[in-house]
Amino acid sequence: MSVKTLQEKLAILSDAAKYDASCASSGTGKRNSRDGKGLGSTEGSGICHSYAPDGRCISLLKILMTNFCIFDCAYCINRVSSNVERARFSVEEIISLTTEFYRRNYIEGLFLSSGIIKSPDATMAAMVRVARELRLTHNFRGYIHLKTIPDAAPELLEEAGLYADRLSINVELPTDAGVARLAPEKSPQRIRQAMAGLRQKIEEHSDPTLQTKRVKKFAPAGQSTQLIVGADEADDTTILTGAHQLYNDYRLRRVYYSGFSPIPDASNILPLIRPPLLREHRLYQADWMLRFYGFSVGEIAQGAQSGMLDLAIDPKLAWALARRDQFPVDVNRAPRELLMRIPGIGGRTVSRILSTRRWKTLTYDDLIRMGARMKNAKAFIITRDWSPAKLTDASNLRARFAAPAEQLSLI
Amino acid sequence: MQEIILPAIGFAKAWRSRARRLVERQVPPEQIVWRSEDDQALLALGGESADSVAPAQSAVRVPKNFIDLAETALCADVPDRFALPYALLWRLQTERGLLSIQSDPQVARLHDYTKRVRRDAHKMKAFVRFREIGAGKTERRRFVAWFESDHFTLERTAPFFARRFGDMDWSILTPRLCVHCLGGVLKLEAGTAKPDMPVDGADDLWRTYFANIFNPARLKVKAMQSEMPKKYWKNLPEAELIPALIASAEARVHAMRAAAPSEPPSRAARIKAAVKASQA
Repeated sequence: MSVKTLQEKLAILSDAAKYDASCASSGTGKRNSRDGKGLGSTEGSGICHSYAPDGRCISLLKILMTNFCIFDCAYCINRVSSNVERARFSVEEIISLTTEFYRRNYIEGLFLSSGIIKSPDATMAAMVRVARELRLTHNFRGYIHLKTIPDAAPELLEEAGLYADRLSINVELPTDAGVARLAPEKSPQRIRQAMAGLRQKIEEHSDPTLQTKRVKKFAPAGQSTQLIVGADEADDTTILTGAHQLYNDYRLRRVYYSGFSPIPDASNILPLIRPPLLREHRLYQADWMLRFYGFSVGEIAQGAQSGMLDLAIDPKLAWALARRDQFPVDVNRAPRELLMRIPGIGGRTVSRILSTRRWKTLTYDDLIRMGARMKNAKAFIITRDWSPAKLTDASNLRARFAAPAEQLSLI
Repeated sequence: MQEIILPAIGFAKAWRSRARRLVERQVPPEQIVWRSEDDQALLALGGESADSVAPAQSAVRVPKNFIDLAETALCADVPDRFALPYALLWRLQTERGLLSIQSDPQVARLHDYTKRVRRDAHKMKAFVRFREIGAGKTERRRFVAWFESDHFTLERTAPFFARRFGDMDWSILTPRLCVHCLGGVLKLEAGTAKPDMPVDGADDLWRTYFANIFNPARLKVKAMQSEMPKKYWKNLPEAELIPALIASAEARVHAMRAAAPSEPPSRAARIKAAVKASQA
């Protein structure tokens, strides 16, 4: 076997990492290197330094330490039974790529993941070494996201949290049955235990009443996970129920939904499909409704058909069409919680409505200026000069929104 | 009619002090012509007219968030970049809740300008690309970037780069303004034409990364371009790959789908058995 150059390894180990949807670099504490002794800063909001033609943000150097793996997960390009070319970075190579990329302002930091080699502990220990040396030897103050290995020793996960901004463990399959069939070496129970352990650590370290002032930061940007959509039979309601539990039980910052995507050298038990991009998009919209608009999974399901979200219209609109008895809403009187439920009106517009209506009675045109999408909203609202009359209950209302010919371009 | 000329560097601070004095002397917006010293039209005109010598009539009051909004809007490359914030400052003296009325046309325009400037600043933070230049006299490594922004955003964005690249010396050159950071000290100079840029070997590695992190099965060109419009491409080393990545995407996906599942490598069965034994 010939020795691979750094460029060849980078090609293999970034190709191997691209099925992970997360590239977030936001939500961590503030740091900078104004003291002249280090490199990097984080200021709360993440920055997307580039966009690939798949429309995804490139914020972090997202690579695998190695794509050798002893597990055989059917959906994964790196499974042991795949004939994909293998490579392994040294710790020094990862550090050099991260800091040199950072100096040129290509990236916000590193998202390091890995196939599982030898043992979970050996793999996790090498990943922790990367993070530790970046922080302690190279004074790197940019963003670090480590994909943690659920079976690794708790001490290693604890050390990882001292250097990383975010930790994540991918659930990948929405149901335990799916894990058993497609990822036989993974244990849903051990994944949940590891997530619960991380939650406990994150909360211990963020609770000021239990700590002295010199509290050590532990994964200040929290933990996240990813669910693959379309590899198994789970419907949208099942996926959202699972996500809701993850948010509640483990206080996850984010659940990512990744449409199952064709991989080179696919497994024969998992036929390749078109990645369900529109379905993935609707799940993100529903996830947003769960986290920010005060909807329950059960309410979102009212706008779904036998467990699947409507692909033609967004889930908030679908819910409103299913629950027209709740409308129209008077934007000059309704409380925040009801305003949040109006299709075409987002959180920012709601804040603007609340601040402006203290001073004047809102009109239809005012809402346009405040950023409301009136095409979606007008059937569901009353303003000083607008009432939808019979429109709210019109039988053809859904057809007005669902453009028949429009589809996202799917290969 | 008063003509006020603001400097190209430090215009925000200059605007604040001039605007405060003008309001104190109750000079209404329609009596002021605001200009920037780098405004080309200025050459045709005479110099600045003298400040009104009228004594101050009133103290200037503004809500907390106005200063930030105004200073952001001042960076917009629009004809009324100085006049609109002044018009609002003027109205705020009598209409106290004005900024909360998001439906007021002038308030809405102020928000529109601030939005454009914030986006421009954000894209600058994202798309500036440093290239390394030969070692200087000091131990610190030196980098230079060429960038073309839509608005006058570099001055307010430069401290971000200083906070981030603390152990480097760097310069960001733009047609409107240049910023140098040497030993942690920021220095602002007039803008420049695009110089010859040094070649940096890291750009090849970055292009390798960009090509391989792209998933051809999820081609969404519009989504990419709405966040990374073509106007930025000429200064992004990775952008030259984009046309070929788009053109080959469909064929790559077909090839993946057409390929029959392969036989697992010989080691797979042995490794799987060992994992199973260890988990039992």
